Amino acid sequence: MSSTDHLDKLENQSIFILREAYKKFKKLAMLWSIGKDSNVLLWLARKAFYGHCPIPLVHIDTSYKMPEMIQFRDHYAKEWGLNLIVGQNKQALAEGMNHTKGRIVCCTALKTNGLQQIMEQYDYKGLILGIRRDEESTRAKERYFSPRDKNFEWDFKDQPPELWDQFKTNFDENTHIRIHPLLHWTEVNIWEYIQRENIPVVPLYFSRNGKRYRSLGCAPCTNPVESEAKDVAGIIAELKATRTSERAGRAQDQEDTYAMQRLRAKGYM
Amino acid sequence: MSTQRTAGVPSETLKFVMVGHVDHGKSTLVGRLLHETGFIPDTKVEHVKKVCEDQGKGFEFAFLLDGLEEERDQGITIDVAQMFFKTDKRHYVVIDAPGHKEFLKNMISGASNADVAFLMIDAEEGIQEQTQRHAYLLSLLGIKQIAVVVNKMDLVGYSQQVFERTRDTYLQYLATIGVRPHSFIPISAYHGDNVVRKTDKMPWYTGRSILETLDHFESHDDRTKLPLRLPVQDVYKFDKRRIIAGRIEAGSVAVGDTLTFYPSGKSTRVKTIEKWNAETPARVYAGESTGLQMEEQIFVERGEIAALPSAPPQTGESFHANVFWMGSKHLQKGGKYLIKLATQEVEGTIEAIVKVINSSTLEEISSDAAEVAKNEVAEIIVSTRRPIAFDTFDAVPETGRFVIVHDHDVRGGGIILKKAEYLGANL
Ligand SMILES: Nc1nc2c(ncn2[C@@H]2O[C@H](COP(=O)(O)OP(=O)(O)OP(=O)(O)O)[C@@H](O)[C@H]2O)c(=O)[nH]1
Ligand SMILES: [Mg+2]
Repeated sequence: MSSTDHLDKLENQSIFILREAYKKFKKLAMLWSIGKDSNVLLWLARKAFYGHCPIPLVHIDTSYKMPEMIQFRDHYAKEWGLNLIVGQNKQALAEGMNHTKGRIVCCTALKTNGLQQIMEQYDYKGLILGIRRDEESTRAKERYFSPRDKNFEWDFKDQPPELWDQFKTNFDENTHIRIHPLLHWTEVNIWEYIQRENIPVVPLYFSRNGKRYRSLGCAPCTNPVESEAKDVAGIIAELKATRTSERAGRAQDQEDTYAMQRLRAKGYM
Repeated sequence: MSTQRTAGVPSETLKFVMVGHVDHGKSTLVGRLLHETGFIPDTKVEHVKKVCEDQGKGFEFAFLLDGLEEERDQGITIDVAQMFFKTDKRHYVVIDAPGHKEFLKNMISGASNADVAFLMIDAEEGIQEQTQRHAYLLSLLGIKQIAVVVNKMDLVGYSQQVFERTRDTYLQYLATIGVRPHSFIPISAYHGDNVVRKTDKMPWYTGRSILETLDHFESHDDRTKLPLRLPVQDVYKFDKRRIIAGRIEAGSVAVGDTLTFYPSGKSTRVKTIEKWNAETPARVYAGESTGLQMEEQIFVERGEIAALPSAPPQTGESFHANVFWMGSKHLQKGGKYLIKLATQEVEGTIEAIVKVINSSTLEEISSDAAEVAKNEVAEIIVSTRRPIAFDTFDAVPETGRFVIVHDHDVRGGGIILKKAEYLGANL
C-alpha cells in the first residue's frame, strides 16, 4: 500500500497545481512575501521542479517591512539562485503614503497597486500566491485558479466552476489568474511541514521576551502575540491549543467587519 | 534524509460535501459541527455574535461559514466554503455547498471534490427541487456514500411520523436513480440535536449522530488497486535529467516497469523515480505527483497517458457520455468545444444529443435534441479532432471524466459511458 501521510497528500496536490501553472502560463510569477507560507510555497516549487525554481519571485516592498524580512529575502535569493523582482509603489511613497492615512487606503496603495504596477510592467498573466482557506472567510471560498479582471477585481459572486482539478487556464487578454497552491493547507500543516522539511523561516516567528509574530506584515500594522514558543515544535504545540485566529494580530483585518472582503475584491492578496 | 513522519497524526483524509435545497440548514449544521468540535477560533465566534447583534437576531451558526457581506445580508450561501477539522480517526475537509439553484455551478464545483455527502432536507418544508437535483448530480459525480439528514426537527415537534414520512418518500426517489443511502439522521442543526451530542428529544431514534456517521463512512481511497494511469503533465529538462512529470491518477508504478504511452503507443522502461530532498522511492502510488526518467529517450508530450501494456486505457475518437451543463448559453448539437480529459486538451464536436432530462424531476425533456439548457443533464456523443486515451467512468473514474470549456470557462462536466464505435453518416 501507499505510504503517503497527511502532509504528503497536501504536498502532492500543491505540486500538481504548481506544475499546471508552470505548463499553462508562459508569463508567470510567484509572490514571495517572505512569510512562512510563501517560504513553504517556494520549497514546494523546488520539489515540483527538482531543486530548481523556474518561476520568478516577486516581492512587493512597502518600505515598512521589518528589516529581518529583507535580510532573509536577500540571503536566500542569493543562496538558492532565485530570480527575484522587487516592486515598490514609489510614487505613493513619495507622496507620503503610510498607515495613518487609513489602513485600507495604505494596503491598497502600497500592496495592491504596487503589485498591479509590476504585473503590468512584466505583463504577467499568472500569479502564484500562498493564501490558505483557513485564514479567513473570503479565502475559504477561493478557487485554486481564480480570475481577476482588467481592474484587478475579483468577482466573488460569480466564480467559474472548478471540477476534478481541471483549472481555469483559458482567459481573456485583459485578465490575469491568481493561482493558490496552498489553499488546502492549515496553519498547523504549514508548521508541521516546515518542521519535517527543515525549511528556513524568519526568526521573528520565534518568541523573544515573551512575544512572537504569528503572521508577518508591515511593522506598523502587525503586532506580536504573547507566546513562549521558541522553536517550530513549540509553535506547533501552541497552535494546537490556541483558540484565536491567525490574523488577529493584523490591523487591516479588524478595520471593520468586511474590510478584508473589500480589500480582496479590489485585488488584494 | 529529511523525510521524517509526523507521529500521532491520522493519515486518512475524508472530504464531505453538504448539499440540499436552499435554506434547509446546511451551513448551520457545518457551523455547529465545527463549533462543537472546537475548530472555530473564539475570536471568530465573537465576531459573528457581534454581526448578529447588529442585524438584531440570534446567533447564526451559518455565519461562521457564510462570510461574505452579501451572504449575511441575505442569509444565503453564494459560494462553497471549505473548512478543515479532524477527529481521532481522520482528517476531514468539509465542503459547504450553496442550495440556491442560481449557484448550482458552485455546488457542483464543491461536490466534485467530495468523497462522501450529506444531503439535507428541512423536515417542515420537505423534499424540494434541489433536494432531488442534488441527489441526482451526486450520483452522476460518482459519490456513492450519501447520508440523508432531516433537519429542523424542532419545528415539527421532533415527530417520528414526519421523519418517517420524509424518509419513505425520499427513498422512493433515490431508488429511481439507483442511490442507496448510507442512513437517515433526524437532527436540529440550530439546537445541536444529534449533531455532536445525542439528544433526548427523539428517544425513538437510536442511530448515529452526524459526527458518528462521519467516522462511520468508509474511506474508499482504493485507487491504487486500479490499473496504472499516469497522465503526462510536462517534460522537464532543468539539468542533465529528462524527467516525465505527472500525477498518478490510478494504480502504481515501479522502477523497471515497462510503460506504454497512449494514444501514441510508444513504450520504454522506467529507469528512476525522481524526488527532491527526499529518498527516491522504488514505487509510487495513486495520488502522488511524481517524475520518471525513462531508459530510452522517447518523445512524449503532455496529454499522453502512461499505463502498463497489460491493462491499457481505451483510445479512440468518439464516445458516449452523460453531461451536466452549467453554461448560460445552451450546449449545441454540432457545436465545437474544448474538451479537457486528464491532461489532454482537444477540440470536440457534439455529434448527437441522444436525450435531455430535467435533472430534478428526471423527466425526459427531449430525445435527439438540438441543445441542452443550463442545469439540465443529457446523454451525448462526442467526437474528438484527434484520437485520445480514456476509460469508462465505471472502470477508472479519474480518466473517465472530462470538462467542456467554452468562452474560456468550464461550462459542463461529463462522464464517459462507452466508446462510440461507429458514427455513420454524421462524420
Ligand atoms: N428552527 C430551526 N432553524 C434552523 C435549523 N437549521 C437551520 N435553521 C435556520 O434556517 C435558516 C437557513 O439556514 P442555513 O444554514 O443558512 O441554510 P443553508 O441550507 O445553508 O442555505 P443555502 O446555503 O443558502 O442553501 C437560518 O435562519 C437558520 O438559523 C434548525 O435545525 N431549526
Ligand atoms: Mg448555506
